[in-house]
Order: sequence, then structure tokens, then C-alpha cells
Amino acid sequence: MSLTNKVTAEDILRISGVDASRCMQCGKCSGACPNYDEMDYHPHQFAAMVRKGKITELMESKALYQCLSCFACSQRCPRGVEPAKLIEAVRLSVIRQKGKNYMTADALPEKLDEKIPQQALVSAMRKYSK
Amino acid sequence: MQKIGVFVCWCGSNIAATVDVKAVAEALKDEAGVVFSTDYQYMCSENGQAMIRQAIKDYGLTGIVVCSCSPRMHEATFRKTAVSAGLNPYMVEIANIREQCSWIHKDMAEGTEKAIVLARAAVAKLHRNAPLTAGTSPVTKRALVIGGGIAGIQTALDVADAGFEVDIVEKSPTIGGRMAQLDKTFPTLDCSACILTPKMVEAAQHEKINIISYAELESLSGFVGNFTATIRKKARYIDEDKCSGCGVCTEKCPSRKGLDDFNMRLNKRGAVYIPFAQAIPNVAVIDADQCIHFRTGKCGLCQKNCSAGAIDFEQKDQLIERQYGAIVVATGFKPIDASQFNEYAYNDSPDVVTSLEFERIMNAAGPTKGQLVRPSDLEHPHEIVFIQCVGSRCSEDAEKGKPYCSKICCMYTAKHAMLVREKYPDVNVHVFYIDARTPGKNFDEFYRRAVEQYGVDYIKGMVGKVSVEGKKLHVQGSDLLNGEQVHINADMVVLATAIEPDPTARSLGTMLTASMDTNDFFTEAHPKLRPVESPTAGVFLSGVAQGPKDIPETVAQAGAAAAKVIGLLAKNELTCNACVAHANEAVCNGCSQCERVCPYGAITYEDREIRTPEFRGVRRIATVNEAVCQGCGACTVTCPSGAMDLKGFTNRQIMSEVDAICR
Repeated sequence: MSLTNKVTAEDILRISGVDASRCMQCGKCSGACPNYDEMDYHPHQFAAMVRKGKITELMESKALYQCLSCFACSQRCPRGVEPAKLIEAVRLSVIRQKGKNYMTADALPEKLDEKIPQQALVSAMRKYSK
Repeated sequence: MQKIGVFVCWCGSNIAATVDVKAVAEALKDEAGVVFSTDYQYMCSENGQAMIRQAIKDYGLTGIVVCSCSPRMHEATFRKTAVSAGLNPYMVEIANIREQCSWIHKDMAEGTEKAIVLARAAVAKLHRNAPLTAGTSPVTKRALVIGGGIAGIQTALDVADAGFEVDIVEKSPTIGGRMAQLDKTFPTLDCSACILTPKMVEAAQHEKINIISYAELESLSGFVGNFTATIRKKARYIDEDKCSGCGVCTEKCPSRKGLDDFNMRLNKRGAVYIPFAQAIPNVAVIDADQCIHFRTGKCGLCQKNCSAGAIDFEQKDQLIERQYGAIVVATGFKPIDASQFNEYAYNDSPDVVTSLEFERIMNAAGPTKGQLVRPSDLEHPHEIVFIQCVGSRCSEDAEKGKPYCSKICCMYTAKHAMLVREKYPDVNVHVFYIDARTPGKNFDEFYRRAVEQYGVDYIKGMVGKVSVEGKKLHVQGSDLLNGEQVHINADMVVLATAIEPDPTARSLGTMLTASMDTNDFFTEAHPKLRPVESPTAGVFLSGVAQGPKDIPETVAQAGAAAAKVIGLLAKNELTCNACVAHANEAVCNGCSQCERVCPYGAITYEDREIRTPEFRGVRRIATVNEAVCQGCGACTVTCPSGAMDLKGFTNRQIMSEVDAICR
């Protein structure tokens, strides 16, 4: 799947409000991440790669949809970088492009399950579609 | 009418590249009162100064204007030049055409025009200059050292060895400070107490050193060379002269609830105690909050058992007033409160300890007699995790933590890791680090030894979370070099907490009017060239009070501070600032506004007999103590009647400058 529009590091900065240059690569975010093993890129890598302008790689990553948005990384960061907001900004950059909704209403019925709270499905719709 | 000489400096190309120095010299020739004007490559050089001296003699100059760098650089140089040619030093004006002109302009025409204007302003001011004479004040030949840690002890010893009296004021019952709490020291691994206690004893026995323990500075007045300090010596309820330090009272005391501060509150102590075996003075102290006698009026077992009769429940705080010529701030540090970092479970498990707590656990005189055991169940640990940078290197706007590197943690963590592996080879040691910062003589070699010889597992990355799982501590962190998240089931976690200035530093800084940075470290007069002096004259800095540093650096700085103190105390009198405030008694109406704004307490009032054409009689007039006045000018701008003026910077002088600029 190819991405239509070129997204730059400046776009990510504008959307997230996060200055990735403040990151000192201590790795506390990735140390705190509860879903580390499921992600191909990890919170500290988002900070490092946004800084280097490697946005395309991040936009194609699986991690965008594995991040739980639990904000543990942002909460622990000693330098106020808030990696969760960076991940969110990259995800939005993908989803906002035409035909890039990660989840649509059609997919909902098969996900219905007694154990899943409805709140989670509503959140997922908000998170994964325009 | 003044006869003024103008000297325009090129400063190599610093000025000459953006300012047409010849044009400036030429333009100034037309100014009223200017009888000589020239330019030269380096005015501050010996040749340049000779040129100035020659011109003063040849033309009979009454004042000179040097167009050069900032007066902060060379004003003193040119004043000396003027003095050597027979001029009053205050008949020298500097027009700053470098920092405030050539360096900030690119265009030669603009730069030249501005330089001419600045030079004209200086000439206009000089027309109204009057020769000034600085007064002198005597020097009290005694120093006050605040803080009795290694920094204070070393400064006191060096000053005392030069023959001057020194008082050490220490707020806790004994001197020794943080260094006394350490087990071993890096990078040699020698015993901390073994190298510190000889110095403590030396200080105690030195005939020039007077240790005032369990005391704090209550108030301070005066100025460099002439400080008056009031020291509050807290009641320790023990007669220091009678107590022999036998320790019988500490054994007999039935109260066992007080926490032992020396052992980082890891164990309990009696209400009457001696902080540690080598304490100086070796005198007990009663903790009135814990003492059964103070709480119920009963007990008194210590009193009954004291053969020296030293227990004095009636003892009161004592106020000591003394004069000092110099003050040394050596208030040291404390580790930050680790409880705010609960992601490391410090509040949840006694097995998560700070480095200073660990230091006590490893020490033979500590709560576990030097046996490495878990505080929770006193069992031998097999897996220990050290976490560095806890609260250090956080961003300025972070909710918790400090923005600076605490500097000592990398080395003491390597030390701890090595000590554990040395004594208990069965224990696995992991160190999570961001950067291993080991600049210093034999420091990096020391750290590498921990990795290569002692097999310490260094993991680059931070711990995100520590959780208590049964008897174990689950540590989850990053291993950035291997690109994985690591999970360790540890028995103990040691936090290398950041260090911060002692909490008393802020109020002390206010008392001394010594400036501090946003982290409450005392600021030095110049970060590179005057590192052991406070900007407040007569106040010197020693040890961590000025910024994080290790023992060798502290001792070096303590010696440097002592050298500065000795330089001050060796003088019999000090030259005061000649540019001081002065009230015109014909105009002053004694309203007290200047007194209120004076930050140095230099202004008082007196009833003086006034005889002017408009008024005859006694009036209340502001009087400035010229030895105390620093010439800040706050009073001159506050005075509603315009009576207050600053010598060397009078309102008329300033207005003349402004007029010249606007001409």
C-alpha cells in the first residue's frame, strides 16, 4: 500500500506539538511500554526517527496500530517529549489520507463480543478512522 | 574647563573592521574641551598606555576618554594608567565601541556614526566628572565557615593553617557531613571514614578552629571585612564541656522510636544519641521529640546514669554574636526525595533503596553491620538492579526531577556494583544507564574494570517500571543496544537519586544576599574566572553548595576558597567603592523611601542642623554609610525630591550623556 501525500517531520511536529529534539534517547518510554514486543518500532524510535525525518517508514509501520495509547511512555518521559503524541500524529497522518481508514463501520459486527466493552469499540473507531 | 584627551582603540580588527577609527578620532577633535585625539591598534598594550601617559603630560589633560571595549574589561587598566600619570582614576571615561557597537553592527558607516555618538556622550559626561576618593574600612581577621562537611573542614583547615581564626557552624550535632556516611570512595575504593576522620580530628584540635555544632546562622549584617553574625546554638540538653562521650546514656535510654538520620533512617536509635562513633564533638544529644522526659516529665534515666552530670534538661538555645571578615558557604547537598518516583516502587517496597541508603547498608557501622541483606526480610539478595539518573537530566519544565546531571552517580554506581561483586560473587548485578559519564583521573578505567573484571551487566537504557511481585521486584526496562525490552526479577533495586542543595541553602542565600540559580545552587562571581567567589563581596563558595562535584573536586575547590579568604583576611583594610550615594541635605526631606529600597542597609537618618537661604533649623536627613553602599543607584531613582545622587554617576552626568547622544 502506498501513501499518496508526502508527510514531513514538520507536519508531525505541527500535529503533535511535540519537539522530538528534546529526546535524549534514555529509553525510559520503551522500558515502560506494556506492548513493546508487539511493535516493530518502539516509542524511543519514534522520537529518533521523526528527528531524522524518517516519516515514511513510521507511516508504514505496524506499531501505529499496536500502540495501546496508554500514555505510559509520555507519563514517564523525563524530558516531556510525549512519544504517545508522536505515534498518534503519525497514525493520523496515515488515516487522514484518502482510503486509509484502518477500521470501518462494516468491520464492527464481527468484532462484537460479550467480553469487549462497547466503549472500546467506540474508541477504536475514533482512533482508526476519519 | 576640562582639557580632555580622546583615545580610540582598534582592538586589532575587533573594532577597526566595522568602525572607521581614524574618522572617530578626527570627529572628536571638534568637541568642546577636547585638546587631543588619536587612535591606536591596541590601547591596552604597554605602548598604548605609554601613549596615554605621554599625552596627559604633554597636553596637561584633566581627563581622558578611551573608546574601546566594555569597561568591565579594561576600565581598571586605564584608571591605573591615568593614576600613574597623576590623574584621579575617576577622571577616566570609557566609551564602549566594541561590545555595544562594532560587534553588533555590520555596516561601517553606521558603526562609525554610532561610535562617534558614544564617544561624544563620554566627553559630555567627563565635563561634569569630579575627582573622587575611595574610603577604606578595616578587616576583621576571622572567617565563618557555614557547613562542617569535607568542604567546610578543608576550607577551615587551610584558612586556619595560614594563621587566621575560623569558626565552623554545623547544623547537625557533628561535623563530617555526607562524606562521613559513605562506605568507600571512588576510584581507589579506600574507606571514606579512614580518610575523613583524621581531618575531622585535625579540625577539632586546631588552635585556630572553633567548631560550633548543632547551630545555625540566625542573621547577618555588615559587609565584606566587617560582617556581624548571630548564630543560634540549639539546645542539645547535654553540657558539652562535661560530657565525655562515654555513651552510657545512649545505652540506658528506654526510648527506641527515633529514626537514625545518620543511617538514612533505616534503623532506630534512642532519644539520646551520639550520631556515630567518630563524631566530633564526641558529645551526646537529646532528641526532645522522642525523649520520654520531655514528653511525660518522667524517666530521666540518662541523668541518673551520667557519671559526669552532663545531662541538662533545662538547657536553652544560645545566641552567639561574632564579627567576621569573610564567610564561606559550604552547605553541601542532600539526595532528592525518591518517593516522587514511584514508577520505581520506592514507596511500595523497602527493598527499593536510594544509593545513600545502600551506602549505609554496605558500611560496617551501618544498620546491617555491613552485611548485604534485603531490608524487608534480611535475606541475602541474588539479583540487584541499579538504576541511574533517577531525577537527574529531566527537562526544565518537568513535574519532577532536576535538569542537571548530578555528576557523581555514574562513578558511585560503578563503585557499588564493584563492591557487591567483590564481596558477594554469587550476586548478579545489573546497571541501567543512559550514558556512563566518567571524566576524571582514573575514572573511566574504574568503570571499565566494573564491566570487564567484575562482570557487572551494564544495560544502556532506562527502567520504565518496577513492580512488587511477591518477594521479588519485577524490573522492566529498555536495552537499547540490543533492541529489546528486558525483564529482571530482582531482589533489590538501588536508585541513583539526583542530588540537590541542602534545604537550608535558600534562606541562607537570602540572608547573605548571595545570588543563587533556579536550582538553589549558589552562583559564582564568574563561571570560569571567579569560580569560588560569590558576586557578593566577602562571601566564598566551597563544595556542592555551588554545584554537583565529587570529593577530589570539593577538596580542590575548598582549598581555592580558602586561598581567596586568606587573600582577604591578610589585608588590614579594604578600599571601598568611591561611586557611592550621597544625599543633598538642602533638598532631602527625610521621607525614608531610600532607606526602604536600599538592599544593603546602607542608609540611616540623622537630625542635622540645616542653614540654607530658604530654611534654618533641624531636619531629618538621609545619611549613607559609604563603606556599605555598593553604588547600585536604587535610592537615586526612588528619591522623590531628587536629593539622592550617585557619585560618579550623578543625574547631571547622565543627562549630559543623553543630551550629547540626542544632539
